[in-house]
Amino acid sequence: MVGTFAAIGVWGVLGYNNNSATPGFWSAVGLILIGLVVAVVASGTTALIVELVAYRPLRRRNAPPLAFLITAIGASLVISETFGVFTHRNQVGAPRLVPPKDLLVFGNTHIRILDVLIIGLALVMMFGLDRFVNQTRMGRGIRAVAQSPDNAALMGVNKNRVISLVFLIGGLMAGVAAVMYALKVGNARYDSGFTLGIEAFTAAVLGGIGNLRGALLGGLTLGLAENYGGELFGTQWQTVVAFILLVLVLMFRPTGILGEALGRARA
Amino acid sequence: MTTIDKPPVETPTAPATPQGPLGRFRQFTGSARRWWKDLPWWGRLIGNVVIFGLAALLPYAGQIPLIGPQIITTGIDWNSSLFVMTYYVLLALGLNVVVGYAGMLDLGYVGFFAIGAYTVALFTSSDSLFHMQWSWLAAVPFGFVISMIFGVILGWPTLRLRGDYLAIVTLGFAEIIRITANSTPNFLRGDRGFGSLPHPPGSWSDGTKIFGVRDAKPYFWLGLVAIVLVILAVRNLDRSRVGRSWLAIREDEEAAEIMGVRTVKYKLWAFAIGALVGGLGGVIFVGYQGFMNSSTFVLQFSILVLAAVVLGGSGNIPGAILGGALITYIPDRLRGISDPITHTDLYQWRFVLFGLLIIIVMIFRPQGLIPSRRRAMELKDRAREVAPQ
Amino acid sequence: MSEPHIESLQWEDAANTGRVDAPAGTGPAIGPPTPHDPVDPNALLQIDNVTLRFGGVVALDDVSFSLRRGEIFGLIGPNGAGKTTCFNAMTGVYRPTFGQILFNGAPISGRKKHEITRMGIARTFQNIRLFPEMTALENVMVGVDAHHHTSVVGALFRLPRHWREEREGRERAMALLEFVGIGHRANDTARNLAYGEQRRLEIARALGTNPTLLCLDEPAAGFNPAEKDSLLALIRRIRDEGVTILLIEHDMRLVMGVCDRIVVLEFGRKIAEGAPAVVRQDPKVIAAYLGVPADAA
Repeated sequence: MVGTFAAIGVWGVLGYNNNSATPGFWSAVGLILIGLVVAVVASGTTALIVELVAYRPLRRRNAPPLAFLITAIGASLVISETFGVFTHRNQVGAPRLVPPKDLLVFGNTHIRILDVLIIGLALVMMFGLDRFVNQTRMGRGIRAVAQSPDNAALMGVNKNRVISLVFLIGGLMAGVAAVMYALKVGNARYDSGFTLGIEAFTAAVLGGIGNLRGALLGGLTLGLAENYGGELFGTQWQTVVAFILLVLVLMFRPTGILGEALGRARA
Repeated sequence: MTTIDKPPVETPTAPATPQGPLGRFRQFTGSARRWWKDLPWWGRLIGNVVIFGLAALLPYAGQIPLIGPQIITTGIDWNSSLFVMTYYVLLALGLNVVVGYAGMLDLGYVGFFAIGAYTVALFTSSDSLFHMQWSWLAAVPFGFVISMIFGVILGWPTLRLRGDYLAIVTLGFAEIIRITANSTPNFLRGDRGFGSLPHPPGSWSDGTKIFGVRDAKPYFWLGLVAIVLVILAVRNLDRSRVGRSWLAIREDEEAAEIMGVRTVKYKLWAFAIGALVGGLGGVIFVGYQGFMNSSTFVLQFSILVLAAVVLGGSGNIPGAILGGALITYIPDRLRGISDPITHTDLYQWRFVLFGLLIIIVMIFRPQGLIPSRRRAMELKDRAREVAPQ
Repeated sequence: MSEPHIESLQWEDAANTGRVDAPAGTGPAIGPPTPHDPVDPNALLQIDNVTLRFGGVVALDDVSFSLRRGEIFGLIGPNGAGKTTCFNAMTGVYRPTFGQILFNGAPISGRKKHEITRMGIARTFQNIRLFPEMTALENVMVGVDAHHHTSVVGALFRLPRHWREEREGRERAMALLEFVGIGHRANDTARNLAYGEQRRLEIARALGTNPTLLCLDEPAAGFNPAEKDSLLALIRRIRDEGVTILLIEHDMRLVMGVCDRIVVLEFGRKIAEGAPAVVRQDPKVIAAYLGVPADAA
């Protein structure tokens, strides 16, 4: 949500708002890149601030997981409501940077440029993240802290720095997603993050918490399920489909499709 | 039999008393509590009646010389504000049962409030597709029952889940209700809502209705009575095997079950009772409003009620009351004042305010303003416990 | 009493010489064989060919033994042998992968933990799991509640059964606290009790559920000799009240002193069973605890 506002904001500053005509190809590319940078910085910074202000003091005090959840809810409320007050709870429109033209057409199936762009961007991010976590030194540190913080510390890994890094990465990914969202959905609302957050959680659980590739699979599965559900029942029921899927997964296969790498859903 | 006792693993609980005003305050509250506990039962009864009497007189607080006008809300009718306080306190009490007694974090508590309200609306409003048009009083029991049923429906699949997963699912539940409300234009009627909702029955001797549209005082008193009933009920449960079971479940669920506690049954009951109280709030709310729609039941309200419980002190009744009162009183008191930057009424900032307070309270005083005698939800530093788990 | 001494190793047969680890073959009981009828009418608890696997780890491997009513039965073995796992299987915390557990002839596996408790099996825990914020009395009352019938509605409306059961529960809990010797600490928070008192409180709480079989998981851990003696006396008193006792312990003196029969586990397998004096001399048992040198002289 922060990311969407950041991107739309900078585009507005640069002279493109929701009433502008679609810019030319190179302008669009430039704008999208600028939007990405700004959104990523905004989201990442927000994530880091929340980590430092809200979670780190709890970690220092050995708070149980429930305390983190409550604080997370509080932080989410603060951020979304602040934006809500500043936007008077109205949505802010985004410029249409990518023309709604088709790239390919197979019979009745239209594949739009925008969708290809988004999928491409998503794939790049997924591969990048997967490589980072599994094949770099910092990624090893992340996995070590995730599996056993104390042992990781004994091996010389700075736990706090790793956690900050993880939040930063999360924020980065969210920033990219924000730009995609702004381009696709076309607006920003103060509460747009909430539903997406729940869906993100559902996707992660679906694939198996702590399992990166599981999360990818989960996201894909969730997207498919929601859209099919939307076709069957109507688009307003999409989120309901997501929730019901979450409950079903937690009841019948709490370890997720690919199995959990960490933690357990069952008490 | 002689046992050579090792020195206790734990030193006695009283924290080192800091000097200065904070220390003296703590000593004062500590001794006040002990004095209260040592009273004979009838002494406490008289004390409670006095407190109730004072609460009932709150609508007249504006008449206290000097400070009266400062206390009461200016941006909104004081009696209306008091009424809102009662159903928020009710919600806080209900959530307290679920969170504080059974240790289950319910982030979608407003869902039960909505169910109670919608049930009554469906049975009584002329806009409802059922066209039953019952009186408020006749519809109320159904509001209770259906809330409880949904409490069990939500509780049953989520019982085995770990705390944070449970919370997310409860969040989803409330959202499903809101989405359903917005997506069923004939059933729950979205933001068109339900109009001509009836009020509770009763007339004064001269024929005027007690629960009219102009004076909120009778509603406040009705809410107060509901609060007292809920407090009595919760207290009765707390001081019985039910309360013991809940506490045992919260302290160590597996050990409790091994000691014979039917954990599933008691957790479900906690959910059901929490749902019932939420539904009670909804039912009273509908009796007051002439009209209601889906915009009332947004997620932020669940979080606000959670903030009330966390802020006031979870796991104890005075804490829930204090929390519920604060989250309504403070924003209402600040109505009419706008912030200089966006020129929004400060009332609209209440979510930001309480979100911040949640964060701060979780860091610095997770047990809340009125800490429970039992360290509810184990939110504090867990380094010192009976034995490593 | 004599500690097992090295000379006993000379009795090892040639097949075992040179092996450092415990024998890896499948082994039935060594010592006086205990017949395992499908349902032994004298057996209070029967463990039949129980195997328990966690993923790749075999925690219990084809373990069989049975307890007779009224005896004090010891379950011993080196760390990691599977003793607590066995307890957990008996109290419903784990479900055996194969085999079955019969209590009074009725199968246990698959039942919920609180059902098993109501059938008559109670336990204490290796690391104490009291309810820390409750008083000692309240802890025991939770156990006593197991057989009460007051419903939520009954508690809500304060029906007569609630008052009756509360009063009875309180009296019984108090009596149990006195029985284990901590009656004077009834109203103290469990967290604040001394270590020895906490162990006793756990026993009192388990007794509150009115068990036929009481399983004690290392009840004397951390005790000094005087405390152990007094615990021994308490265990005997409990048996005299008619409760059968199953005991996990490391302290040989305690085990030898109080148990009628013992079973020895190692790496999830039973390697010996019988009277303490016999088992103590068993070379396999000695090897399990002390290890066998690479070449036995």
